[in-house]
Amino acid sequence: MGYLAKLRVWRGDKSGGQLVDHSVEVSEGEVVLDIIHRLQATQAPDLAVRWNCKAGKCGSCAAEINGRPRLMCMTRMNTFAEDEEITVTPMRTFPVIKDLVTDVSFNYEKAREVPAFDPPKDLAPGEYRMAQVDVQRSQEFRKCIECFMCQNVCHVIRDHEDNKEAFSGPRFLMRIAELDMHPLDQTDRKNMAQEEHGLGMCNITKCCTEVCPEHIKITDNAIIPMKERVVDNKYDPLVWLGRTITRRKSD
Amino acid sequence: MATSLEHGTGAPARASIKEKHLRTDRWWIQPLISVVVLVSFIIYATWRAFENAYYYTEPLISPFYSPCLAQSCVDGSSSILGQPIGAWWTISPALLILIFPLGFRMTCYYYRKTYYRSFWMSPPGCAVSEPHKSYSGETKFPLIGQNIHRYFFFAGLVFNVLLTIDAILAFKNADGQWGHMSVGTLVLLANATFLWMYSLSCHSCRHAVGGRLKHFSKHPFRYKMWTGVSRLNAHHAKFAWVSLFGVALADLYVRSVASGAITNLYFF
Ligand code: SF4
Ligand code: SF4
Ligand code: FES
Ligand code: FES
Repeated sequence: MGYLAKLRVWRGDKSGGQLVDHSVEVSEGEVVLDIIHRLQATQAPDLAVRWNCKAGKCGSCAAEINGRPRLMCMTRMNTFAEDEEITVTPMRTFPVIKDLVTDVSFNYEKAREVPAFDPPKDLAPGEYRMAQVDVQRSQEFRKCIECFMCQNVCHVIRDHEDNKEAFSGPRFLMRIAELDMHPLDQTDRKNMAQEEHGLGMCNITKCCTEVCPEHIKITDNAIIPMKERVVDNKYDPLVWLGRTITRRKSD
Repeated sequence: MATSLEHGTGAPARASIKEKHLRTDRWWIQPLISVVVLVSFIIYATWRAFENAYYYTEPLISPFYSPCLAQSCVDGSSSILGQPIGAWWTISPALLILIFPLGFRMTCYYYRKTYYRSFWMSPPGCAVSEPHKSYSGETKFPLIGQNIHRYFFFAGLVFNVLLTIDAILAFKNADGQWGHMSVGTLVLLANATFLWMYSLSCHSCRHAVGGRLKHFSKHPFRYKMWTGVSRLNAHHAKFAWVSLFGVALADLYVRSVASGAITNLYFF
């Protein structure tokens, strides 16, 4: 059942590079990562590629296949025609290290900028009690495998390097939403999201949602609800008035 | 080097690839369809709003002209709100009200996505470079104004009530007697239903009914409402299109009847 696939793989590093054509054997049931590995084993021993689990759970093998951010280990070869040219490049938003491997430290820096979970001071770990319905909503966001494909596809930084400083990206706006919705978290993260993490730069065009391999509804369930919460805090005079009159502290 | 890599993904240290994108699928179809449909709607709606005729024929009123608030409105077309605007307003009465549905849709999270992508190409498709040199999203004037969406949502609810009343009034016949039903009744009922689905699936609605809470467990009723709205919200895009077509077709139907092009068929 095998055939030869036409593969175009980006080879290079910081100083430059190009797409190189290869023809690689494919057998039934294989995924793009298998073919990249075969290429490495048979024709290009110095090809750099990052991977770990081969099960869509570690997020290491994120790349761009025919121009779309994908996990190489979860992209089946039988989704392409046998004579179709398949282009594989590294993620194009982060600095390249070599071939398909990029330097994703931008994401770790952004992760560190989000203040950690802030439980009530009088509760020791182990004493946390909360209702399932209260945590349920943010549990969706815990499915994230940190492949950073949402960060990679987001045009705010993909097309505008200069926005990287001001914008944390969908993965970390979602982290802020997760904590803001957490029943025990004490920090008000709304103004912080807008002023320090660039929530207002997102124009809700949903590419992050489109590429997420965990099918997390990042835009609908994290970013838009967060934008609405920011409106409560910053832009809605009626909510402000209501709060001042009733002096309601928390809902 | 720098000249061929001017688009954003050509920033220093990134993989040097001169193509703005390497997508091989037809990613441009969706934005193209959006432009065609929205431009057609805008042309049709503008023409109808200025036409100032054929918007009422007992018992049917076009959604573009309801509520009809000026004294110049044709006899019988003003429903429960009467004609508070008076006689000084002499151009089309549709122009008094269209700002509300227009503002509602312009600031809708879903339409924003659609027109940012298809008209403004920001981005034209996922992983397709946008043509703009700089970008500040919704942080500055005028786009920061999108944050007033919730006010348009509440205004939209008022309109839904009025258009539902219009649909109920359509259970009359052309002589004003109750207990009749025509194709026009169904058209106005369908239009009102689609508008309710669109409004109730709105993100601001989802936020207002319960999304803003931190502790659902303390508000079981609101949690229930939030769950229901969330279910609708997943289909918000669909309702946005269906209700847009619904409004245009309802207007076209009323216009056709009012101008005498077709007769409104009565079931009973
Ligand atoms: S929805 Fe917002 S965060 Fe997600 S990709 Fe688009 S602009 Fe970026
Ligand atoms: S949210 Fe989805 S796309 Fe983004 S890093 Fe997590 S798993 Fe990857
Ligand atoms: S190798 Fe772990 S997600 Fe692909
Ligand atoms: S109407 Fe679309 S989000 Fe409110």
